[in-house]
Amino acid sequence: MAQFFPHSANAYAKMSIALGVILMAGLGLSLDRLQRSPWVTKEGIRPEQPVPFSHNHHVAGLGIDCRYCHTSVETSSFAGLPPTKTCMNCHSQIWTNAIMLEPVRASFRDNKPLRWTRVHDLPDFAYFSHEIHVNKGIGCKSCHGPVDQMPLMYQNASLQMEWCLQCHRNTEQNLRPKEEVFNMKYEPPSRTNAVVYAGKTYLDQITLGKQLQIDYHIRGPRDLTSCETCHR
Amino acid sequence: MATDPISKLVQIQTAKSAPAPAVAPADVSLDLETVRERLAQAKGPRYWRSLEELTDEPGFDAMMEREFPRYVSEWTDPVSRRGFLKLMSASLALAGLSACTKQPDEPIVPYVQQPEDLIPGKPMFYATARPSDFGAQPLLVKSHMFRPVKVDGNPEHPYSQGASDVISQASLLDLYDPDRAQSAIYNGGLASRKTQLPGERPWGEFLNDVRDAAATEKTKQGAGLRFLTETITSPSLGAMFKDVLKAFPQAKLYQYDPVNRDAARAGARIAFGQYVEAQYKLDQADVIVSLDADFLSGSNFPGFLQLARDFAKRRKLEGVDPKDATMSRLYVVESQTTTTGGKADHRLAMRASDVEAFAAALAGTVGAGGGGTLSDPKAKAVLDTMVKDLLAAKGKCVVVPGEQQSANVHALAAAINQALGNVGKTIVYTDPVEIFPSEQVAGLKELVADMNAGKVTMLVMVGGDPAYDAPADFKFGEAMMKVPFKAALSTHRNETAQLCHWHVPMAHYLEAWGDARAYDGSVCIQQPLIDPLYQGKTAYELLAAFTESPGVTPYDLLRTYWQGQTKAGEFESWWRKTLHDGFVPDSAAAAKNVTAKAVSVTPAKSAEMEIVFRPDANVFDGRYNNNGWLQELPRPITKLTWDNAVQMSMATYHSLGLKDWRPKFSPLLEVTVDGRTVKGPDMIVPGHPDNSVTVHLGFGRSVVGRVGTGTGFNAYTLRTSANPNVASVRLKVTGVTQSLASTHHQFLIESKPAGFIDQGEVGETETGVAAESRELIKSSTLDEYKKNPHFTEETLFYMGKIKSDGKPMTKEEAEEAEKNLTLFAENGHASWTTDPTKLPTPYDHQWGMTIDMNSCVGCNACIAACVSENNIAVVGKEQVILGRAMHWIRIDTYFESPGGDHANPRAFFQPLPCMQCENAPCEPVCPVGATVHSPEGLNNMVYNRCVGTRYCSNNCPYKVRHFNFLLFSDFETESLKPMRNPDVSVRSRGVMEKCTYCVQRINAARIVAEKEDRTIRDGEIVTACQQSCPTGAIVFGNISDPESKVSKLKKHERNYALLAEVNTRPRTTYLAAVHNPNPGLGPKSAESEHHAG
Repeated sequence: MAQFFPHSANAYAKMSIALGVILMAGLGLSLDRLQRSPWVTKEGIRPEQPVPFSHNHHVAGLGIDCRYCHTSVETSSFAGLPPTKTCMNCHSQIWTNAIMLEPVRASFRDNKPLRWTRVHDLPDFAYFSHEIHVNKGIGCKSCHGPVDQMPLMYQNASLQMEWCLQCHRNTEQNLRPKEEVFNMKYEPPSRTNAVVYAGKTYLDQITLGKQLQIDYHIRGPRDLTSCETCHR
Repeated sequence: MATDPISKLVQIQTAKSAPAPAVAPADVSLDLETVRERLAQAKGPRYWRSLEELTDEPGFDAMMEREFPRYVSEWTDPVSRRGFLKLMSASLALAGLSACTKQPDEPIVPYVQQPEDLIPGKPMFYATARPSDFGAQPLLVKSHMFRPVKVDGNPEHPYSQGASDVISQASLLDLYDPDRAQSAIYNGGLASRKTQLPGERPWGEFLNDVRDAAATEKTKQGAGLRFLTETITSPSLGAMFKDVLKAFPQAKLYQYDPVNRDAARAGARIAFGQYVEAQYKLDQADVIVSLDADFLSGSNFPGFLQLARDFAKRRKLEGVDPKDATMSRLYVVESQTTTTGGKADHRLAMRASDVEAFAAALAGTVGAGGGGTLSDPKAKAVLDTMVKDLLAAKGKCVVVPGEQQSANVHALAAAINQALGNVGKTIVYTDPVEIFPSEQVAGLKELVADMNAGKVTMLVMVGGDPAYDAPADFKFGEAMMKVPFKAALSTHRNETAQLCHWHVPMAHYLEAWGDARAYDGSVCIQQPLIDPLYQGKTAYELLAAFTESPGVTPYDLLRTYWQGQTKAGEFESWWRKTLHDGFVPDSAAAAKNVTAKAVSVTPAKSAEMEIVFRPDANVFDGRYNNNGWLQELPRPITKLTWDNAVQMSMATYHSLGLKDWRPKFSPLLEVTVDGRTVKGPDMIVPGHPDNSVTVHLGFGRSVVGRVGTGTGFNAYTLRTSANPNVASVRLKVTGVTQSLASTHHQFLIESKPAGFIDQGEVGETETGVAAESRELIKSSTLDEYKKNPHFTEETLFYMGKIKSDGKPMTKEEAEEAEKNLTLFAENGHASWTTDPTKLPTPYDHQWGMTIDMNSCVGCNACIAACVSENNIAVVGKEQVILGRAMHWIRIDTYFESPGGDHANPRAFFQPLPCMQCENAPCEPVCPVGATVHSPEGLNNMVYNRCVGTRYCSNNCPYKVRHFNFLLFSDFETESLKPMRNPDVSVRSRGVMEKCTYCVQRINAARIVAEKEDRTIRDGEIVTACQQSCPTGAIVFGNISDPESKVSKLKKHERNYALLAEVNTRPRTTYLAAVHNPNPGLGPKSAESEHHAG
């Protein structure tokens, strides 16, 4: 019987194997990128809200403390979302006729809560606690980004597990003195920005972080990366 | 009994089951002679789980040796192997993609005005009480964002002291039960009273109708008006009823509960001439005699929590030198196998109707009237020893009569306690808990007679379900049909509600204001945790329709009542404190000064074959029948779920001509009492007296809901007013079988040594010795314990191993060698993970647990608490049969025949949570690292990593891992969603799960401690099982702190680990059981002989 395939078919076969490998690798790589893309993580996306609330205006402009609205951030896993009453504390006095604020007034009038869209939404199997983070010297900014510069709220980080772990493995990178936790203008120490803590001046974050780890009894990476820390 | 017709049927049955297939050795038949012979020889292990194991039946070993004993039937699913593989390959290919799902946008909804006290995300706790016929259970309920999510005992109340029972725990599910009645219904589909169409109506319309009818009644002074309620223990409701009855002087109030205290009340009337409540002080008693009183198995016995706690107090052997150890001694004479009998130092199985004669004989010997002699030599021997002990402990002993025993037994017990000088010491008499103490069956009889005579024109029922549970001879449903106006208030549209003109949904106790007396007589305030989910109403609101102010709220009523009971001006502060505490301090009933008369009784002649009616340990009288948690909770001793059964001894079973028994093929019996017949499956229970069967009430309901429908048979149809507890019965084998879901033979730990031991690595290989070497249960008697406190000495892995010089290792050398076996060195730090460049952990927590087998009474409260705390799914009867029950903690029950007395076995209750092994065998076999160790010694289960290989479960020697074969968690039913504990993941299909030591509680406590820069204090973390335990058998804590309670217990002489020889190094260890039998009773030599060989 004559040879069915010409000799050159070998080249095609080899080529298709190579192409197959490249294709699979490409597919894998793009899926990997897709999984980390803002399309999935919602990083940087500003969802539509009933009221275009500006943290930029209220925090940087008016100097309102985070805890005025997010009341339970120091005492509970959940930071707390302000009830309509909190808005109306001021807005029954100022901007009382602003069209933009009509949903807020309607909520207060009709006793119907506002329905916001969650910006920072962890999956249900991850149990995050604001309480312990802000009490151990993790600033709001470390996770939420420059909220005071956000006219509309968006998610500053991917909030994926690898992102959590990079800090849980190296807490010294993000620790700051407890009294600076809610300070949105705080900058970590650097050669151009000296930070004074406990009477000592620090010029780099790692040195300060290591000191804070000791002072604040921060658990080591072995504990902080143990599964039950966040999942139960 | 007449056996002729039965034996014919039996032959058919035998012929069917005779050719046992060779592939299923578990089905090998046993005949009566063989059984008796084998029982007599008893070559089985010292501790046995069932009679099959005891008789060393070949099938039992086969069951143990199967690789996946718990998944035996998994291939019976209607999917072919080929189809399954196809599906698997497809899903494997897609498995990686499942992680790439995108989360949908979620709304977040703040309050308009946030309640002042609320910290979102932090639970709040409110004191309340669960009313029950025997007195309220004081509770502390956890509420997340105003949704009750967990029920526990009120730690400040002297009666509960933080403990709870299965029914309290599971009552949470009742609140969220989707099958509850949701709105008032007129006519329930039956013939109209007025020319109205049947259907749902608003409450106002009902109120108008009732007020119209009441107005008509008022003209007759209420002559045709009858109220039928459950037992009233609420002072305010009682006062309200008194007022209503004043306004309607001819009206009558009846109380009826099918499981009532008629016998106790009648007994008190005989002995004291008045109704009194007996409060036992078991912690003061050196000798306790139970006359068929099952006071340790759950809330079916009035005062269970206190009795169990006080009993355990005298059995703990903690904090004393073993030489000075003392224990109380418990004698139990009982008519079925209960946990109380299992815990007894001397148990005597006796038919229920014979107990009266025993009590009379006992009374006779201690000079309390009674009299008569016992013919049975065994009973006589027990009685003689018992009497000796009782007389030696005058004033420090107590006799407890059973609730289902006759009034005479109660009267005799009172006389005996009087004669022994126990009154005021180990027993205190008080006023009854009920506001209107009565003998309920007599009352109900009167009501039925009135209804039949047409005297009743208006019947108002508050709670209860008499059409289902009234004595069969009353034909309550038929009598009811003669009443022209009948209304019922109950939680479900039950059998009675279907027959009523009006049915109004009753508010759950967590939705309604109220008050109730606890068993000790103290007043508890029932504070609602949530507004009624549906249009539920309370008894107050219904009763208010008969007063001049029908619109009054229960809250106002309650306040007004108590305002009248407190001093003027002090009420507001009193009220606030009472609400906060949940009870009125020092309001327990005062002791009454009463003297019991000596009574003379002539015990009735007992029937040839008798039937005993008992409330079910879980669904009680049937009111919890639609509660999945309770249905699936294995009953103590029998481990039966989802059904009731005709329980009997092995000899009785064989006397029916039946052969071997398997839960899967349980022979259906026709049970006939007084010409009334019901069919029920059969069940052999070790220790059950012969010629007697026990059936449990509360099953076989015709209308109940999606959970309870089709469960069990209705034993109420056999129960008559004359014989509510014991009756003469005829049994007939039907030749049909039914499958029962008993978990008794599931999750068995192999009691034979593991394979590598057989290969001669360690110790003896002779089967006899080896079987004994793997002691899951260790026990001793008090005398032996005093002589040899270290009887539990753990088997060391290296013990006896050959050293390099050819000599076997000594104990010290073995201990030294063992230190290197753990990843957790003495200080708790695993050497392999301490990276010197990283920071040390500032706080050293190593979690561990001890479970005291002397204290555990097998009441199941821990399982119920665990189910509630950890969102454990209900799987249903079919899945339980397949071994797929999900309970994270189970109570393994082992029996021992003291002195070879198989008729009176001792029971050992071994609660089995995850052992949290330091060398966990589950971890290395997981291909995806879904089960890994935490630095604090927890064996973590990471649901999101789990791909469902089930290797871990296969490799777990304790069989504590449970796999979600199907989507067992209910993600659909709306009403169940707010019930779940928000701190614990709800597991989906295809993942393994197991006990976490309540890691959510550990984390919560850790956050509090870390905020305060300190270690977690001892006792700060309480696991759910530990919290619920009435006897304090479970202790959890930090074992690296030598001062912690758990560390001290782990150093106790009795501490031992399960399967220590496989070197899993479990963090959960057990304190061995010690019994205190009277050395003068029973062939002690036989026991030691058995032990030797």
